[in-house]
Amino acid sequence: MKVLRPTSRNEALDMLADDPSIRPIAGGTDLMVSWHHHDKTGWTLMDLSRVDDLNTMSMDDHALQLGALTSYWDVIASKDVTNAFPLLTVAARQVGAIQIQTRGTWAGNIANGSPAADGVPVMMAYNAIVHLQSRTESTDVPLDQYFTGYKQSVRKPDQLIVGITMPRTSHDHEWFHKVGARSAQAITKVGVAMVKNGSGWRVVANSVAPFVCRCKRLESALNDGQSFATPADVADILKHDIAPIDDIRSTARYRQTVLARLIHAHINE
Amino acid sequence: MAIGTDIPRVDGIDKLNGSARYVDDLKIDGILHAATIRSTIQRGRIKAIHFDPSIDWSKFTIVDHRDIPNNQIRLIELDQVALASDEIRHKEEPILLIAHPCPREIQRARHAITFDVEPLPAVDDPCQPLTPDHIQHGDDNVFKSIDIHKGNPDTVFASADRIIEGEYKTGGQEHVYLETQGMLAYHEDGKLVVAGTMQCPYYVLDALTHAFDKPRDAFRVVQTPTGGGFGGKEDFPSNMAVHVAALACKSGKPVKLIYDRQEDMAATTKRHPSVVRHRTAVDDDGKLLAMDINVVLDGGAYVTLSPVVLSRGVIHTAGPYHCDNIHIHGEARLTNSPPNGAFRGFGAPQTLFAVERHMDVIATELGLDPAELRRRNMIRDGDATATSQPINDGVDRVALMDNTLDAAQYDTRSTEHATFNKTHPYLRRGIGLATFFHGAGFTGAGEVYLASEAWVEAHPDGQIEVLVANTDMGQGTTTILTQIAADRLDLEPRYVTLATPDTSRVPNSGPTVASRTAMIVGHLIEQACDQIVERTGGIKGRALIEAIEAWHHANPNTRLIGKAKYHKPDVIVWDDEKYIGHAYACYGWATYVADVEVDLRTFSVRVTDFVAAQEIGRVLNPTLARGQIQGGVVQAIGWALTEDIVTRDGAMANGQMTNYIIPTSGDLPPIRVIFEESESPFGPRGAKGIGELPMDGPAPAILNAICKALGTQLYEIPMTPERLMLHMEEHAHGTV
Ligand SMILES: Cc1cc2nc3c(=O)[nH]c(=O)nc-3n(C[C@H](O)[C@H](O)[C@H](O)COP(=O)(O)OP(=O)(O)OC[C@H]3O[C@@H](n4cnc5c(N)ncnc54)[C@H](O)[C@@H]3O)c2cc1C
Repeated sequence: MKVLRPTSRNEALDMLADDPSIRPIAGGTDLMVSWHHHDKTGWTLMDLSRVDDLNTMSMDDHALQLGALTSYWDVIASKDVTNAFPLLTVAARQVGAIQIQTRGTWAGNIANGSPAADGVPVMMAYNAIVHLQSRTESTDVPLDQYFTGYKQSVRKPDQLIVGITMPRTSHDHEWFHKVGARSAQAITKVGVAMVKNGSGWRVVANSVAPFVCRCKRLESALNDGQSFATPADVADILKHDIAPIDDIRSTARYRQTVLARLIHAHINE
Repeated sequence: MAIGTDIPRVDGIDKLNGSARYVDDLKIDGILHAATIRSTIQRGRIKAIHFDPSIDWSKFTIVDHRDIPNNQIRLIELDQVALASDEIRHKEEPILLIAHPCPREIQRARHAITFDVEPLPAVDDPCQPLTPDHIQHGDDNVFKSIDIHKGNPDTVFASADRIIEGEYKTGGQEHVYLETQGMLAYHEDGKLVVAGTMQCPYYVLDALTHAFDKPRDAFRVVQTPTGGGFGGKEDFPSNMAVHVAALACKSGKPVKLIYDRQEDMAATTKRHPSVVRHRTAVDDDGKLLAMDINVVLDGGAYVTLSPVVLSRGVIHTAGPYHCDNIHIHGEARLTNSPPNGAFRGFGAPQTLFAVERHMDVIATELGLDPAELRRRNMIRDGDATATSQPINDGVDRVALMDNTLDAAQYDTRSTEHATFNKTHPYLRRGIGLATFFHGAGFTGAGEVYLASEAWVEAHPDGQIEVLVANTDMGQGTTTILTQIAADRLDLEPRYVTLATPDTSRVPNSGPTVASRTAMIVGHLIEQACDQIVERTGGIKGRALIEAIEAWHHANPNTRLIGKAKYHKPDVIVWDDEKYIGHAYACYGWATYVADVEVDLRTFSVRVTDFVAAQEIGRVLNPTLARGQIQGGVVQAIGWALTEDIVTRDGAMANGQMTNYIIPTSGDLPPIRVIFEESESPFGPRGAKGIGELPMDGPAPAILNAICKALGTQLYEIPMTPERLMLHMEEHAHGTV
């Protein structure tokens, strides 16, 4: 195994262009989970921690910019960011526990591509744009168009996520709920973020499809002012938006039922 | 003086600052690293073994069943093979052992051995109907069956007006000790030294002498600091020891075998899953007229400790209640799973879950408050248990329950919850209780059979050394045994040390299990101390030190050792054929109360408050005792709600800390511990055992509280949100 230690963004992008099989490592909290399952001979890791211009977070009147190395803790610790984007902090506080929150990055959460990622739903609900960059080009992709399948995305092997932007708008409504098997250190069994602003509702769910996704049918129903008398009414619409599965942690039926019940209870509160 | 006070943990500093050396921390030059090659199927015959030719196998030590003279793990029976030779009985069963100087080579090689197997039909469920090709033990796959008879239940049932039935199920449980299983072996001074994490050095020694057909003095078994056991290191270390010893013998080199978490979870023992059926005849006042109870335990693929787990289970299964007519039938049966083994409570948590849930079912049916039903049936002095053991210990069990209910504000909370539940859109609250008991020490004649011995040696420098084989696995044995000796000799605890459990130095004081160490071994230490005092002139306290020095002066080069051996108290009479009599010298008694909140959006349950009150004789060290109770409650909260063993081909499939859900500190309520004390005649300064008791009560108390909150009856744990959802969809249609 080899470890590269670039100190600038260009150096990192050059390394990646020369060898697209390189694995970037940010907080390492995903890469290390399955560490001992892999034979790592032939691996090349690229440690991003010395690339200072990726370790930035800034906010102005128009938008919040997260760098590739911005951690959950950076957001939790910022009063301004928390006030402007409360769900980011709500979700961040439910990622693993404090140790993970201080190391794990928002970009890593996206790049890892888990359908259970907790940072992704709130960013997607806030209309996040992902900035991808390679040695030769830069592209911006809305987060809700970033994933293409289970652990699949539009990111090309020679591209890095260099930042994430979320526009500042006023929200009349914002809510995130994570259901894990315990109160910390829990992989989400079902989760949901709901945000409403001038242009309508955004409803994003995790752990109910091959990747974190918007529930567009439900969004339109809500935008149309439809009301839901029972959880079953919500479930009827949701079934077109999600495709949950049975796995070692829960069942498709539970995920589907509970997502509908959570949303039903919330919108009728 | 030292008793009843919080002396600091004797082993505390070393464990805090990291200087305690666990087995994997021990460095030995030239040591080989080992791995176990296991079955990937549930049941079948081995037809061929293939070694990937791309690996140079001549650099490896490879052990198979032929390398172990008696290829058996000695326990109650000899049916478990150390390494499978022909027939495979469960997934993860060890077949080969390999060792190599380089851990990375071992990792590569373990995936380079494959087997051709012919599958055979497997038993998945102890209650499934069997065909002849399923039979693997005796003629019915039953490892052990036990019957307990009292009075004349058949007649009572025949004329009873009201019979209430229920079937209760409990799941397996993984111990999740912090330190995984590990063992090493090396030759020294003509002996094979086997050292590792374990609860019972003499069990390990006996397993080695049997497997290698050598006398006891061919081996030295040493316990290394042990990071948790909970029963998981009662029987399994014997398997580890035989494996590592076989590799050390074949290679002639030191060898170390350490399981990682996933292997540990997949391959080692679990709590026995159970199914318990109750039929109870009651009168209109709720008096228990007759009980008919059927217990089935899932033993896994080999007998191991299942007969004694069953024994403790059936003895506790009628609860702490008086009933004149009882029939209990219990069976431990084979399934093709890794053997289930010892786990804190040893069968009692399973059967007490059933009876304590059943008491609430009865109460609901009769329209009685569950506490009132218990009040009417609780054993009072002069009554007898299911095994007809008379109880006359002066403990007021009804008062214990009532005081606990007061401390938990049971009545007020019940009313508050009822109001809350009418108005909240999706949260439901409930309060529930369990009253229960736990026998201390080995069952029946078990202590006689163990014939434990404890030594106390007074060294020439005045230092007192306690020599016993009992192990500290975090529960605090070294500290309380130090306190007991110090108290008996009227010395400060610093004059007392505990010998490392090493079979070449310490006598066989029995295994560290069954809530027996403080009570049985502690009592022996008191007697051994008395001998020292007697032999040095009858003085205690600081003057004793001088007396010891003087004794050594007068008797140079002689050891001054007090030796005490277990003698059965005359009052204990037990008939092991009929299961009648004193099943245990004494019992701890308890009432636990749980408050819960159920979220009907997600069907998840939060325990919001917990009161654990118990009568345990004498509290030796308040902090350690409280720690035992709180730890047991936490472990039982996990068993009740989240710890779900998902199996595939009979073995654990969710064997990772991410997917096997033990509670975190964030999931726990305040746990208020209350002790009531008495002078029990059987233990040191009146102490009884406490280690297992707290595992028994929380699961039924929590389930009873959930049932109150939801107005339903539940029959199974772990009550995961997924299970609760299915139950509510089926039984509470329209109300959710
Ligand atoms: C104990 C524990 C608990 C956890 N709990 C949660 C939880 O509750 N919720 C949750 O969502 N996650 C959880 N995680 C997973 C993990 O912490 C998060 O997904 C985290 O956001 C990953 O960020 P990282 O910087 O550590 O990623 P890394 O491990 O460094 O990287 C993850 C992946 O992204 C790639 N990558 C990283 N940065 C970039 C980049 N800039 N451009 C392109 N590719 C990149 C890496 O190559 C790798 O494939 C947990 C992990 C652990 C160990």
